[in-house]
Amino acid sequence: MNLLLIAWRNMQQRGLASVLTVVSMALGVALVVMVLSISWLVTESFDRNSNVGCNLIVGSKGSPLQLTLNTIYYLSRPIEVLPYEDYLEFLPGDERQAMIKKIGGKIWDPDKAGIHSTTMKGGFAIPVCLGDYYGQFRVVGTTSMFFEKLRYGNQSDIEYRFAEGRNFLDESPEHGFYEAVIGWQVAREMGKRVGDTFQLNHGDPEGEGHGQQFHIVGIVAPTGTPNDRAAFVNLEGFLLLDKHSRAFENPAIAGHALVDVQPDVPSTPKFAGRLPLGKRDLTAILLKPSSGFGAMRLEMAVNKSAHAMATSPIQQIAIMLDFFVRPVQYALLALTFLVCLVSAVSILVSIYNSMNERRRDIAVMRALGARRDIVMAVILLESLLIALLGGAAGWLMGHLAGFIASPLVEDRTGIRVGLLNATSSLELTLLPGIVVLATLAGIIPALVAYRTDVSKNLS
Amino acid sequence: MLQLENLKKSFRLPEGQRLAVLDVPSLFIGAGEQVVLMGESGGGKTTLLHCIAGIMQADSGSIRLDNIELTRLSEAGRDRVRASKLGYVFQTFNLLAGFTALENVRLGMTFGNGKHDIARAHDLLNRVGLGDRLHHKPSAMSVGQQQRVAVARALANRPRLLLADEPTANIDPTNQQKIIDLLRDVCTEENVAMLMVTHSPTVAEQFSRVERLESINVAWRESAPI
Ligand SMILES: Nc1ncnc2c1ncn2[C@@H]1O[C@H](COP(=O)(O)OP(=O)(O)OP(=O)(O)O)[C@@H](O)[C@H]1O
Ligand SMILES: [Mg+2]
Repeated sequence: MNLLLIAWRNMQQRGLASVLTVVSMALGVALVVMVLSISWLVTESFDRNSNVGCNLIVGSKGSPLQLTLNTIYYLSRPIEVLPYEDYLEFLPGDERQAMIKKIGGKIWDPDKAGIHSTTMKGGFAIPVCLGDYYGQFRVVGTTSMFFEKLRYGNQSDIEYRFAEGRNFLDESPEHGFYEAVIGWQVAREMGKRVGDTFQLNHGDPEGEGHGQQFHIVGIVAPTGTPNDRAAFVNLEGFLLLDKHSRAFENPAIAGHALVDVQPDVPSTPKFAGRLPLGKRDLTAILLKPSSGFGAMRLEMAVNKSAHAMATSPIQQIAIMLDFFVRPVQYALLALTFLVCLVSAVSILVSIYNSMNERRRDIAVMRALGARRDIVMAVILLESLLIALLGGAAGWLMGHLAGFIASPLVEDRTGIRVGLLNATSSLELTLLPGIVVLATLAGIIPALVAYRTDVSKNLS
Repeated sequence: MLQLENLKKSFRLPEGQRLAVLDVPSLFIGAGEQVVLMGESGGGKTTLLHCIAGIMQADSGSIRLDNIELTRLSEAGRDRVRASKLGYVFQTFNLLAGFTALENVRLGMTFGNGKHDIARAHDLLNRVGLGDRLHHKPSAMSVGQQQRVAVARALANRPRLLLADEPTANIDPTNQQKIIDLLRDVCTEENVAMLMVTHSPTVAEQFSRVERLESINVAWRESAPI
């Protein structure tokens, strides 16, 4: 009969106590696995979201982190606005002129090229307006370029696709400036489909409605980014909404000698009446210069301005990850290791408590010729058996919990947890960790077994 | 086979004096010989058996088993001899409660260097009349049945010497006789020498050689006045 079987029988004999210690070990390990999975999930979703497809965000001077949270995650309090004119500075001369012609209004120096246009060559700039809500979801006023130019995914190489419908048009023959596309979660939670309409709430989810209906022409396929939970409307329509035009003179413009440009006559009357220059504000501009070097130059150049700043979202996200998320992850992990330690102590206590009843058994084994180290090994094996059984059960439980929560998590983050997707390499340390803990837990009762006096315990 | 010479064993009492329990000038048991040991309670019979089994270290003297001098062996060495050459049956609490009859018998051959001969474990249990109780735990067996399992276990490692310490003290007369018959028959069959402690004259009179500890133990005579 081998020692493992002897250890197993001893374990069986303690019945409930053994089961309880196995369960406590299982819970500890399940917690470790779950925390590791959650860490994996958080990191994975940060990784996905940090590749937002633009290198720089330009916004009004303030906190770079808040700008990033607002623009990429649609979180945090709203921020100050930028004049639309700033956006024009990133365009090459011909594009800038065409844009000014199309919109019309007061502008200085309508014929020059944007001051950053050379650095931007080969890249793109996308204007973004935030501040309104559709239900609980943020509304993003932007241009159709948002879905044409931006990429997402770990490699920043996945193009946005539409699960239904198409991208919105800047000038739609059917709906004018009032087309919208929505993230798939917005579609699901609000019960909207292509062809439906909705209106925006000003300022906050409970704010008053604007009255103007936007026509949903597309639903963005799941991306696992915050864009799943946002509604995108044509910037032109957004700007025309009540209270969206500039109320006060933007100090950034003050002091310029302005020229009043008459807009070109639009192809159809539907496209007349854009909010003129001088009244337009933006929340942010998403920039992707053609090179990383260009991005650095732009960042410095923009930061020299009195009212605007540029920040690298990847950097901000990394800061957030390192300063807020990682410490929490490590703290959680340390806590779960403590839980494992506690379960190891419970193994110790449970085996140690049984040692008194076992002295005679140990003496009998010794009388049958078992050496001291053999009876010691049997106890250590028992501790190991409990810990490994608990560990295996806990490992399964942890991943099963992830598997069960998987649909919910995928809903929220677009990341599929599955049964073993979230297996982290840190889990490999679980096995030696459990073995060490079990050995430590078993060593005291094992020494008791080692020192059991045969002669005294046989009578 | 077993030869004791000038075996001495004393215990240190809590008050500090030494209590001399054993001083056996000589005792010899031949191969396959069956010897009954009787004597007053507290006389040192169990102590003697423990010394022979190597469970207890003698103070001085010599214990030779199959030409191996046990007193010169390390503890692990004595463990090895016990595992391979000795069988031991105790008065009570013999079996491990968590193990079935068969497993208890197999434990008897686990710690020696012999093979794990499951067939022999079956045979032995059949031999002691428990072929239908292989997978019963001790709690599901009568005291007499448990003691028969203990006999089977003591023989599992094909010992040269079987030590039995009052193996029938807790058993009713009918079963007592069964156990004694069993021990005698199996030991004869397998040519195992036996040293059995008993208080029962009925048991003792069935054996041709009966030793009284008082007569072979000098220490007893000296401390007797107490
Ligand atoms: N570990 C010990 N420490 C001190 N004294 C002991 C120890 N073990 C036994 N003794 C003493 O040694 C003497 C012999 O004990 P032992 O158990 O060998 O007697 P016994 O002949 O087997 O008696 P019984 O017939 O009642 O079983 C007793 O006086 C006992 O108190
Ligand atoms: Mg005794």
